[in-house]
Amino acid sequence: MPFKPVVLWTDALIFLLVAAVCALAWQMRRREHLREPWRKVARSPMGMVSAVVLAVFVAIGLLDSLHFRPRLPGSEANFAVDTLSVLDVMLAHLRTRPETTYSAPLATRLYARETVELPDGRQARIFPRLKHGGAHLTDPEAEWAVDVARRTIVGLALAALAWNLLTGVAVTWRAARLGQSWHACWNAIWRGETEMPWRAMLIAAGFILLVAAPMLVLSAKYHVLGTDKVGQDVLYLSLKSIRTGLVIGTLTTLVMLPLALLLGIMAGYFRGWIDDVIQYLYTTLNSIPSVLLIAATILVMQVYLETHPGLFETVQQRQDLRLLFLCLVLGVTSWTGLCRLLRGETLKLREMEYIQAARAFGVPHWRIITRHILPNVMHIVLIAVVMDFSGLVLAEAVLSYVGVGVDPTTISFGTMINAARLEMAREPMVWWSLASAFVFMLLLVLSANLFADAVRDAFDPRVVVRGGLPALSRPRRRPAVAT
Amino acid sequence: MLSYVVRRLLYALPILVGVNLITFVLFFYVNTPDDMARLALGEKRVTQEAIDKWKRDKGYDKPRFYNPQATGLDKFTDTIFFTKSASMFALDFGKADDGRDIGQEIRIRMGPSLAIAIPTFVLGLACYVTFALILALFRATCVDFAGVVLCVIAMSVSGLFYIIGGQYLVAKLWNLVPISGYADGLNAWRFVALPVAIGVIGGIGSSTRWYRTIFLEEIGKDYVRTARAKGLSEAQVLVGHVLRNALIPILTGVVVVIPLLFLGSLLMESFFAVPGLGSYTIEAINNQDYSVVRAMVFLGAVLYVLGLILTDVSYTWVDPRVRLD
Repeated sequence: MPFKPVVLWTDALIFLLVAAVCALAWQMRRREHLREPWRKVARSPMGMVSAVVLAVFVAIGLLDSLHFRPRLPGSEANFAVDTLSVLDVMLAHLRTRPETTYSAPLATRLYARETVELPDGRQARIFPRLKHGGAHLTDPEAEWAVDVARRTIVGLALAALAWNLLTGVAVTWRAARLGQSWHACWNAIWRGETEMPWRAMLIAAGFILLVAAPMLVLSAKYHVLGTDKVGQDVLYLSLKSIRTGLVIGTLTTLVMLPLALLLGIMAGYFRGWIDDVIQYLYTTLNSIPSVLLIAATILVMQVYLETHPGLFETVQQRQDLRLLFLCLVLGVTSWTGLCRLLRGETLKLREMEYIQAARAFGVPHWRIITRHILPNVMHIVLIAVVMDFSGLVLAEAVLSYVGVGVDPTTISFGTMINAARLEMAREPMVWWSLASAFVFMLLLVLSANLFADAVRDAFDPRVVVRGGLPALSRPRRRPAVAT
Repeated sequence: MLSYVVRRLLYALPILVGVNLITFVLFFYVNTPDDMARLALGEKRVTQEAIDKWKRDKGYDKPRFYNPQATGLDKFTDTIFFTKSASMFALDFGKADDGRDIGQEIRIRMGPSLAIAIPTFVLGLACYVTFALILALFRATCVDFAGVVLCVIAMSVSGLFYIIGGQYLVAKLWNLVPISGYADGLNAWRFVALPVAIGVIGGIGSSTRWYRTIFLEEIGKDYVRTARAKGLSEAQVLVGHVLRNALIPILTGVVVVIPLLFLGSLLMESFFAVPGLGSYTIEAINNQDYSVVRAMVFLGAVLYVLGLILTDVSYTWVDPRVRLD
């Protein structure tokens, strides 16, 4: 094999999560009462548009989770030390072409003057040409605008093509499924008469393509979002940060869910001393401000890692372990909220007639819990999980900034922002890495927030449609980490 | 009432012991004092004598929970746990790694923390409740919808960007206030104004949405219909009835944080170089100073428990139906 697959801890958990979601989806497909709320989500334009955006982010994150070590050229048995991901390979032209330091978006010259030696032996302080950005231009000042415009137009044309293809596939599929003619189906979508908001989704996809395609075309010859202090492409950094954000957002819930479910249901179902112990446990954990608990735990972990350097072979493994550990810590500090909700719900459920009846028939406890209680609290779990996601992505940035988040060498929004802080003080200011972190993070968190709203409105039985404003009306829990 | 408070304070005791145990196990079992010494001394090949000396200086050379060498009660008191943790209940936090008294440091630093936290809290609460009331007044109209959309966008922006952006605009571009720092006395307002403004703006999204929901929930109740039926205007209903009755859910979320204000905001203080408790904690984290982090965790827990009691007591003020005894 020309490469050796590497499965990092977080990769394994991510794919486990994907498998679990697929299995759940398959289960839900067969049950009408579980399909109905998802249909409601599918009918909400806001929810589906944000789902499209989220899907793009998730795709990037998954591509970035397929790791391997390439074979070293000229040797049969040796593999490179660096672990790469599929995304790294796709973005190889961004990763392998570093400049020496800052350059503005789409620039052809460095951002700072440097003393260079001219061909005739004299020295001059000029803005030197970049090694890669716009290197194909002979006279950048004259040719730059035309070249950028040409590439943008090519990108837009590609976007149009891709969108037509996508729309064609979508309409054909739908027409085939409903047994309509292609034309009728297209008309229905175009007039917005479909049950699922196809028109809004296609428009959203169109917007994404319109932005992404020109960027990709331009990135072949330029640094579209500029470069950072050590000359790394900012677009590459932003795309790599997505995985870190997603990992924190999803794996944390994976960690916290078993704890919250088990303890919450046990407390509510068995009551008595079990309830007392569990309540004591979560009040105690709750009474420590979460940032402090996270900071304290990470501090201990840091010392542990530093005194046990033999735990990992590569830098990536160290980064990955730290990331996983951060998820664990965040999970341990955030299960209490869901646990309390589940306890309350279980207390209510266990007094219901059908559960009383089951008990009277002598059905064992574990079966009552798995058959009757668990399915009936699932909507709370689902709502809590999707609601927490955006808060966790934001928390990651803050914690990494404080220095108790991901490993400082991990690419994440937090480390990007942290580096950008020093750039603010530069004169003239380097704004692009901050701006890209801002835009990427806003898109991710905003779409997650809107999607979470749609899911909650669909699953929360208490939501009443009020005067045409069904969405955006229920309370949400406070963010996991308040600073 | 008094007996209730006393009882709650007694209930708080096991919680605080639990917090203390958690941090103790976290700090002294995951890493042994030997590891800590090696890290603090900063060398790869430290001699055992140096480690022992470091442990003796810090008082980490005793057994952790039980001292078989000692006699009588000293078996339990002459241990790390007792000397380092029990004294915390007397609010004696010991010394930091740089030799300074932590309790003294806390007393000095709480001033700046409070100077920023209290105005942020009060102004923020006033703003959020007002905005939420306005949105509730215009419920199910474009105003409400636009407001909620803005809130969602505002809460999707990381707090870091509010701080960086605000610092850049107000302090650097417009030169209205100093970028960072702190001064004592009345001069402090110039340093306090920007962090407070950013703190209030940063919380607008989630809090306004939260309060709006509480108000909408109240508006759906019967007494509101009665109030409208007797001819009150919508604004009168909102302020006179809904706001009053929504106070219980609002208090639940708000009073708990009042004692915690004391700890300041980690982010705000480190960005603005305010010498408060938040930046103290961050420094301690970066210097890997266990004693300070443990002290802050314990202090945080004490304040939180106090906040819970305060919340319950405050219920009796807003709702005469609530009796605590």
